[in-house]
Amino acid sequence: MATTDLTACEIRDAVRRREMSAAEATEASLAAIAALDPKIKAFLAIDADGARRRAADIDRRIAAGENVGLLAGVPVAVKDVLCTANGLPTTCGSKILQNWKAPYNAHVIERLLAEGAVIVGKTNMDEFAMGSSTENSAYFTTRNPWDLERVPGGSSGGSAAAVAARMVPLALGSDTGGSIRQPAALCNVVGLKPTYGRVSRYGLVAFASSLDQIGPFARTVRDAALLLQATAGEDPRDSTCVLNKDQPVPDYLDKLDEPVAPLRIGVPREFFGAGLDPEVEKAVRAALAAYEKQGATLVEIGLPHSTEYAIATYYIVATSEASSNLARYDGVHYGYRSSDHTDMIDMYMRSRAQGFGDEVKRRIMLGTYALSAGYYDAYYKNALRVRRLIRSDFEQAFEKVDCIMGPTTPTPAFRMGEKTADPLSMYLSDVYTVSANLAAIAGVSVPCGFTAAGLPVGLQILSGVFTEDRLLRIARMYEREVDWASRVPPTVAEVRP
Amino acid sequence: MTAELVPTIGLEVHMHLATRSKMFCGCRVAYDARPNSLVCPVCLGMPGVLPVMNKLAVELSVRMALALNCTIPDFAKWDRKHYYYPDLPKNYQISQYDQPLGINGYLDVETPAGTRRIGITRVHLEEDAGKLMHAEHGNYSIVDLNRTGTPLLEVVSEPDVRGAEEARLYAETLRQLAVYLGISYCNMQLGQMRCEPNVSLRIGAGPDGKPLYTPISELKNLNSFRSVERAVTFEIARHRQEYLADPGNYTLAKQGKSTRGWRDDEGISFLQRSKEEAHDYRYLPEPDLVPFVPERAWVEELRKNLPELPRARRERYIKMGLSEETADMLLAEAFVANFWDVFHETLEHHQGAGKWPIKRVLELANNWTLQDVRRALNEKTIDAPSLHAEFAKQLADLVVLVETGVINRNTGAEVFNKMIKAKLDLNPKSAAEIVKEENLAQTSDSSAIEAFVDQALAANAKAVEDYRGGKKASFGRLMGEAMKASGGKANPQLVKEILLKKLGG
Ligand SMILES: [Zn+2]
Repeated sequence: MATTDLTACEIRDAVRRREMSAAEATEASLAAIAALDPKIKAFLAIDADGARRRAADIDRRIAAGENVGLLAGVPVAVKDVLCTANGLPTTCGSKILQNWKAPYNAHVIERLLAEGAVIVGKTNMDEFAMGSSTENSAYFTTRNPWDLERVPGGSSGGSAAAVAARMVPLALGSDTGGSIRQPAALCNVVGLKPTYGRVSRYGLVAFASSLDQIGPFARTVRDAALLLQATAGEDPRDSTCVLNKDQPVPDYLDKLDEPVAPLRIGVPREFFGAGLDPEVEKAVRAALAAYEKQGATLVEIGLPHSTEYAIATYYIVATSEASSNLARYDGVHYGYRSSDHTDMIDMYMRSRAQGFGDEVKRRIMLGTYALSAGYYDAYYKNALRVRRLIRSDFEQAFEKVDCIMGPTTPTPAFRMGEKTADPLSMYLSDVYTVSANLAAIAGVSVPCGFTAAGLPVGLQILSGVFTEDRLLRIARMYEREVDWASRVPPTVAEVRP
Repeated sequence: MTAELVPTIGLEVHMHLATRSKMFCGCRVAYDARPNSLVCPVCLGMPGVLPVMNKLAVELSVRMALALNCTIPDFAKWDRKHYYYPDLPKNYQISQYDQPLGINGYLDVETPAGTRRIGITRVHLEEDAGKLMHAEHGNYSIVDLNRTGTPLLEVVSEPDVRGAEEARLYAETLRQLAVYLGISYCNMQLGQMRCEPNVSLRIGAGPDGKPLYTPISELKNLNSFRSVERAVTFEIARHRQEYLADPGNYTLAKQGKSTRGWRDDEGISFLQRSKEEAHDYRYLPEPDLVPFVPERAWVEELRKNLPELPRARRERYIKMGLSEETADMLLAEAFVANFWDVFHETLEHHQGAGKWPIKRVLELANNWTLQDVRRALNEKTIDAPSLHAEFAKQLADLVVLVETGVINRNTGAEVFNKMIKAKLDLNPKSAAEIVKEENLAQTSDSSAIEAFVDQALAANAKAVEDYRGGKKASFGRLMGEAMKASGGKANPQLVKEILLKKLGG
């Protein structure tokens, strides 16, 4: 068994017991990156020197008997949407921030450092987290480790692929409409989107502020719980982050192996309608049956607003906020500035025209339109109204059931280029995930099998606000009955001795 | 035949709040710092940052809204107002659009025509932008972001103002209120207060009976009361002229609202933006901040703690016998007036007060507060918070010591300085303690004073000779020498009497 097959919990325990050094764990991770990343292209930047220095520091502190935290010596990759003051650029996958180095660390980066993690690099993503395949990255497309001709999903595709290819046991991503859960499903890893307000967004470069949340990628539910544990909790710098006194951060690991019983699972009929790939449906139904076998009850429910209107609502709310959040990239204070402008207005226009990619421009235009005088009521205000209906759909559902399950995505990983010509079909790959962001609830995607072609399928489990502890226990109930996580992607198996 | 043309003016007034830190970050607010030295990732609008509301700024704003008789809604929210400009790093300003923190108030303004009640539409809080300066040589501009994010209160009036003088008086009254309450320093040279009058003329009534107006012009960024009055005067005349030249076309319905600048040196306004060029600010509820939901009890506490407002207080002072000038000086800032009230009351109820008519009490209170306290404030040897009731009582005790002849006026001034120093050293002492410790009590012992006078006469034979020779001015010199010999402690009245007797003899 290779060091990179170890889970984060195993590495952490070994490092704490001094059976393995942080340096060894880090070298194993860097070696895997060196061997695999030229093919997979999960990383935009690798900080080998920084990681080695950091690992040495952790080993020294452990030798000195210090408590170095929950993630002692664990290599972690972070999506390039998180500000890091480690000297690496924070690009958001965009040309407009190509050489921009953040002068500060995001809250979650501070948390990782405080808990003894070793940050090895920053992962690829769709530009400003807008996309479902990483094909909108201004730099390159990340490959799916299960099939290099296919996309890993997105926007956090780099983080998902890095964990799936065992280059790191843990990674952070961000989820605005499914950007953690969708790539997790497509890459056979666990991806959790916490409740809005559970993790501070300070230092997360904003796409859609009322929807964005940072969350973990891991190969196991326990590792995902560990990374959530390390990052959740209040932060006075984010007013939308909940106070610990109002929502204490529970111990996510303590009772993780205790099944939830009785367990009522809501199965929304809308999640099994047209457009769902039969192989995906089959794998998800099998997972539901596995829960039934453990005594759970399946309850058919309706989420009338959550599929029919969710995508439309999402694309109005998200693009409106994005048009505002991305207004700051203008070439004046930082980032890319055109060199061929004639005056100030021309500088704004050229810098933005040259610095942003097509999808980002498309969404800025949509959002600008939706917020314009005369259209605001028809679009943005109505979208907020529907958002409230979606939220109440879920509130009503959670009165009857403990969680909601269905497929994370309608199809397994698609081929590169398959959907780039048709933005709408790309948007539909988020059809089951966006409503959780609109409703601000917690959701997780856990591996639930493979198609005949060997492509991973994800089971999405949604639960009410601030119930991550129960959500993780429910996910764990299924995980220990199956063995999907131990499968090694062919790309990874190839480079093994 | 000519319709009546009634000036219809509303004012938007912006004020920097008197907070130490900015609206949404911890950066210091200051006006004399090196450009771009008071900035952080938040006010620079860097990727990933989030705003955090300055609670004091909100409290000051609610106090101002209460003083303007506004309703404080149960729910106020923040909105983003979008426009591109290099002094606005995020390219949106966090402001309050449709649910501000104060609505429906009024301000009473004294005018030559009597008291006018001007409606207040709304009071809202926002962040200021930085400053963009165009280079004199070369085709570039430079930007200073120290001001970016400074808390800015906007008070919007109803179009109730009827003339240029009234517009000025409204702005002056608003300023007095804000400074008095410690809401803003309103230093107009520093840009801490900016006025934007919206001028239009009412043109009688239209066919449907509803009033008609000339197009509204918004005069931007006037930074003196004089320019408010001059610009509004100019604008009223211009509207009148334009309307009379083309009555069918120069109407609000046809031309809408335009934005105009003011050239103070030339005394003219000029078009900046017509209706067609108006910005679409694309307001968006600010998703990074939670709405402001004030607790009723908190609002009531603020209301209860508002000091007596300047207008009522001024009336009381004048009734009491103070001159208008004195009253206005005291009312410049609430803490000075509060100090004065305690001081005056202590003096009035002092045991020895029976000796002094009320007029004398006022005079004393006046002299000491307005001269000694004001000077100390100006010289920054004391600051506003130290002017609390306890110190006012101590100062009153000092005045009693002077007035009852225990120490003379000069020693009194010295004791005053010592009291301030003792306060600063965190070892406050009463006037009586200082007088006792330093043995400063006045000497009224005639034999001792006689000795001081003799000493002065002996040492200044020339002056004595001059005096006797008719140079009466030499008396002052001899008087001073005798006081000096006493170490400043002799009762000046007795020194004078004994000196006169000796010189005459
Ligand atoms: Zn700042």
